[in-house]
Amino acid sequence: MAIPRFWREIPSRYNLIGTECGNCGKRYFPPRIICPECHRKSVGKMKDVKFQGKGEVVTYSIIHHAPKAYEMQVPYIIAIIEFEEGVRATGQIIDCEPEDVEVGMRVEPAFRKIGEDGKSGVIYYGYKFKPA
Amino acid sequence: MEVGIVSYGAYVPRFRIKPHEIAEVWGVDGESMSKGLGIKSKSVPGPDEDVITIAVEAARIALSRIDIDTSDIGSIYVGSESHPYAVKPSATIVAEAIGATPDLTAADYEFACKAGTAAIQTCSGLVGSNAIRYGMAIGADTSQGAPGDALEYTASAGGAAYIIGRENVIAKINKTYSYTTDTPDFWRREGEKYPSHGGRFTGEPAYFKHILSCANNLMEIVGTKPSDYDYAVFHQPNGKFPVSAAKKLGFSKEQVSCGLLTPVIGNTYSGAVLIGLAAVLDVAKPNDRIMMVAYGSGAGSDSFDISVTDEIKTFNRNDSNTVSSIIQNHKFVSYATYAKYMGKIHLRGA
Ligand SMILES: [Zn+2]
Repeated sequence: MAIPRFWREIPSRYNLIGTECGNCGKRYFPPRIICPECHRKSVGKMKDVKFQGKGEVVTYSIIHHAPKAYEMQVPYIIAIIEFEEGVRATGQIIDCEPEDVEVGMRVEPAFRKIGEDGKSGVIYYGYKFKPA
Repeated sequence: MEVGIVSYGAYVPRFRIKPHEIAEVWGVDGESMSKGLGIKSKSVPGPDEDVITIAVEAARIALSRIDIDTSDIGSIYVGSESHPYAVKPSATIVAEAIGATPDLTAADYEFACKAGTAAIQTCSGLVGSNAIRYGMAIGADTSQGAPGDALEYTASAGGAAYIIGRENVIAKINKTYSYTTDTPDFWRREGEKYPSHGGRFTGEPAYFKHILSCANNLMEIVGTKPSDYDYAVFHQPNGKFPVSAAKKLGFSKEQVSCGLLTPVIGNTYSGAVLIGLAAVLDVAKPNDRIMMVAYGSGAGSDSFDISVTDEIKTFNRNDSNTVSSIIQNHKFVSYATYAKYMGKIHLRGA
């Protein structure tokens, strides 16, 4: 991952900051610069909004063959979570055995390492989800 | 002015390993290791956990218990001997993750196992002098013992965060006193993965001399005796030392048992006394008096004379964030899994 891109994404990755369209009120996570529904009418009207990130599992997948950076964690769970606030996010579910995850399971956000650029590179932090 | 603890939160990773799992690998008697060290299990950080993630989890628990504006936090100090970066502060990442940036001062502290209490002292000074409204002090570690070393049975992971302030103080810090000398009992040179220690030298001239002198001097300064305290929390590198220190000082087993967590979670280094104090605050009543004495190799002790206030009655302790409920959620792992999680196994090309 490129450092500038990660750095720009810190508010959403650390604190679940998304956006809300000032024109139609629709909320987005990850944040968007313009509202895909309102297009030009939303320009300059997108406001930051902080999500609590509590919600439930909509669907999930158990990863057995992972990229090198995640080899130490297999098998692990990747899920789509629907927040109580209406938006959806994709993330890893931790503190849960693959056989215990189920659709509808309640989760809440956790702060974890999500990657690193090798042994001498930057460490990336962000949200994962754990059973609530 | 009344300066003290406004809120606190502790975090311990979920994985545990038992002494016999480790002993089996090295051909050692696990039962005698367990008995000798007073350790039944120790915590193990997950592969995606480090001092920064532990610090953030603890800090968020502390913040969830009270209603303050995070922009009023004027300082964050993270004490640890296992900061993920050699250069790049843990404290800036924690500050960002709790929404306290940019109007604050932040730094990392290092003093073996007592860097977290040093952070409390600094925050108390800043709060007491009215320089800031709230300060956050964190002690957290993911410490490692060299494979096969006695430290491997105890070195564990965990941490706690304390919010220090003047308003709605749940536990007043009456006095803090420190005792510091140059004692080479335990060290790790720059670039070395595992620490070295002076074996038996770590006991009498190091741990006991500093803890006992610090506690006795504090009691002399404030005019108290052991029986004046409801609880005492001493640094706990194993399950035996703090009990023995308590006995030498004239404290009973009952006074130390509530804040003694090393037997189940291991030695969390900078997190140790702070998690112990959190367990005490989880059950403390107004007017309870607490003594806390940290110890850091190298060497020094920080002691605190603390009085619980009436504010504790309305403080949010009825949630899943108490030390006992956090510790209850655990999973035992094998030595192989432990070695994998701790990065003791090297992958091809890694
Ligand atoms: Zn819109």
